[in-house]
Amino acid sequence: MTSDTATKRRPPTLAQREARLGWALILPASLVVLVLVLFPLLWNISMSFQRIRLIELQTFNFLDFSDASLKNYERVISVADFWGTLRTTILYALMGTILSIGLGMWAALISQKPFRGRSLVRGFMLFPYVAPVIAVTFVWSLMLNPTFGVINEWLRNLGFQQVDFLNRENFVLNLFGWEVTLPLALTMVILFEAWRYFPFAFLFIMARLQALPASLDEAAMVDGATMTQKFRYVTLPQLRGVLSVLFLLRFIWTFNKFDDIFLLTGGAAGTEVIPVAIVEFLRARADLGSAAALSILLAIILALLMLVYFKWFYTEEA
Amino acid sequence: MTTTAKKPLPRTSRKRTGRSTEEKVFGVIKWASIVFFMIITIFPLVYMIGVSFKPISELFRNPGSFLPSWNDVSSMETYREVLRPTDQGGQGFLLFLRNSALVGLATTAVTVFLAILAAYAAARLRFAGAKLVTWVILIVYLFPAVVIAIPLFVLFSKIGIRNSLYGLIIVYIAQTIPVALYMLRSYFQTVPAELEEAGLVDGLSRIGVLRRITIPLAAPAIAAVALYVFMIAWNEFLFALLFLTESRDLWTLPLGVQQLDNTEVPKTLLMAGSVIITMPVVVLFFLAERFLTEGLTAGGVKG
Repeated sequence: MTSDTATKRRPPTLAQREARLGWALILPASLVVLVLVLFPLLWNISMSFQRIRLIELQTFNFLDFSDASLKNYERVISVADFWGTLRTTILYALMGTILSIGLGMWAALISQKPFRGRSLVRGFMLFPYVAPVIAVTFVWSLMLNPTFGVINEWLRNLGFQQVDFLNRENFVLNLFGWEVTLPLALTMVILFEAWRYFPFAFLFIMARLQALPASLDEAAMVDGATMTQKFRYVTLPQLRGVLSVLFLLRFIWTFNKFDDIFLLTGGAAGTEVIPVAIVEFLRARADLGSAAALSILLAIILALLMLVYFKWFYTEEA
Repeated sequence: MTTTAKKPLPRTSRKRTGRSTEEKVFGVIKWASIVFFMIITIFPLVYMIGVSFKPISELFRNPGSFLPSWNDVSSMETYREVLRPTDQGGQGFLLFLRNSALVGLATTAVTVFLAILAAYAAARLRFAGAKLVTWVILIVYLFPAVVIAIPLFVLFSKIGIRNSLYGLIIVYIAQTIPVALYMLRSYFQTVPAELEEAGLVDGLSRIGVLRRITIPLAAPAIAAVALYVFMIAWNEFLFALLFLTESRDLWTLPLGVQQLDNTEVPKTLLMAGSVIITMPVVVLFFLAERFLTEGLTAGGVKG
C-alpha cells in the first residue's frame, strides 16, 4: 500500500473504529470456543458415521467416508439397553431437577425473614454445591457403605437389616401389606442430586424473593390472607419466571451429568445414564465411533425435550 | 363472636386469632426446617473430616463413631500417608496438589484475560458481530461436555498433547470462557457509561478506558469470576479422567482422589484426600461469599 492511496482513503469513522476494536477484542475468546467447542461438535457428527476403534486412532483416515454408515447408531441402540438407559436418564434428570428446586424453594422460604445466625446458616447451605463433586460423592458412598458406613450402623442399632444402598437395584418396601418396589440405587443418586444442587435453586429463588415488592404482601395481609394463601396467590405467581429458568438450566445440566453417577455407582444397579454409557463406549469398549453416535443421540434427544418444554411449559418472567 | 354495630371489628379480630395459630405452626416448622438443613449440610462435612483422621481399624471396629481421638488428630498419620510421594510408600498427593494448582491458575489467568476483553466489547462497543458472538457463546455454555469429549480426545491424541497438562488447560479455558464472559458482560453493563465517556473526552483510548476505569470499578466482579473459574478447573473430573488416566505424574487432585477408591486403599485415606481437595475451595468460598453468591445468580454457573 502506497502512501498515496492511504491519504486518498478517508480515515475510518468513529463507528468503524469501534467496530474494528470490538472484533479485535472479541476474536481471541471466540476463536478458542470455535476451535475447541464448535469444531469438535461438527467433527463428532462426522465420526459418528465411521467405524473407529481406539487402537487404530493414529492410522485412521478421518476424511475417508467410503465406509460411512449408520452402523454405530444401530449398535448403540441395540447392544446396550438404550431405551432403558434413556428412561433412567429422563427419570434421573426430571426427579433430580424437581427435588433440588423444591428443596431450594423450601430453604429460601424459611430463610426469607431475618433471624439470628441467618448468614451463617446460608453459608453452610451452600456447602454441598461448592464442595468438589469428587469429595462429596465419596463421603456419600462411605456413609452409605453396608459394612462400615455410619447410616447402616444406625440402621443396625435400630434393629433393621443393613442395606447396600448404592449397589442394590430394587428394594421391596412393605407398607402396611402393600408391596412397593423401589429402584433403590437410582433413588439414592436422585437424592444425591437434590442434596447437591438445592443450593443453586436456593440462591436464585432467594434473590427473586428479596426483589419482590413488599406492597403486594402487605395488601394481602390487610385483606386477611393466611400465610398459605399468601404463598399460593401472591408469592408463587411471582416466582414463576425464576422457576422456569431454574427448571430449564437444572434439567439440561442433570441430563448431561456424568461425574455424579459415575462416581457414586459407576452406572451399575439400574443407574446407567447416557453420559456414563458414552464414556463406557470409549473406555471399556474402545469404540470411538459408537461413543460419538451415542453423544449425538444425547444432544438430539435433549434438543427435542427442550422444544417440548418451550412449546408447552415455559413461562416468561411475569 | 359478638355482633356489634361496628361491623369490621369482629371480622378482623377473628382473622387475627386464626392467623396466629397458623403462624405458630409455621414458626415451629421453620425452626425444624432450619435444623434439618443444617444437619444435611454440616453432617457430611463433619463426617468427612472426622473419619479422615481415624485409623481404618477403628472404623471397622465401630462404624458409628466418626469423631477421632486427640492422638489421631495430632499425629495426622492419614494425611502424611496421602501426601507422601509414591516412592516413599505414600499416595503422592503433594504432586497432585501442585498439578491442580498449576492447571487452576493457568486456566484462571487466560480465561479471565480473554473474557474481560470479549465481555467489554459485548457490553460497550456497538458493532454487528457483538450480539451474534455472545449468542453463540451462550449456546455453547449450555452444551454437554460429553458431546465434545470424544472429538477432543481424538484431536489431542493426534497432535500429541493429550498426555500433558497443556491439553487439560486448553480444554478448561474453552469450557470456562462462556460463563466468565456472561458474568462479566452483565457486570460491565452496570458500570455507568458516563464515567467511561468522561475518560474518552479526557483523551483516553478505549483500551485506556478499559484499563483505567472499567477494570478497577469491576474489580470485585472480576475477582468473583476468577474464583469461579479456578473452582471449576480445580473440581473438573471428566476430561482429567479421559486424558490423563495413564500418566500418574500428571494427575490432578480429582483423579488422585478417584484412584484412592479401590479395595487396597483404606477408606480413611480416601476421606483425607477428599478433605485436601475440598478445603481450598470451601475456604476461598467463605472468604468471598457475598461477591460469589451475587455473581452466581447473575451468571447461572454450571454445575
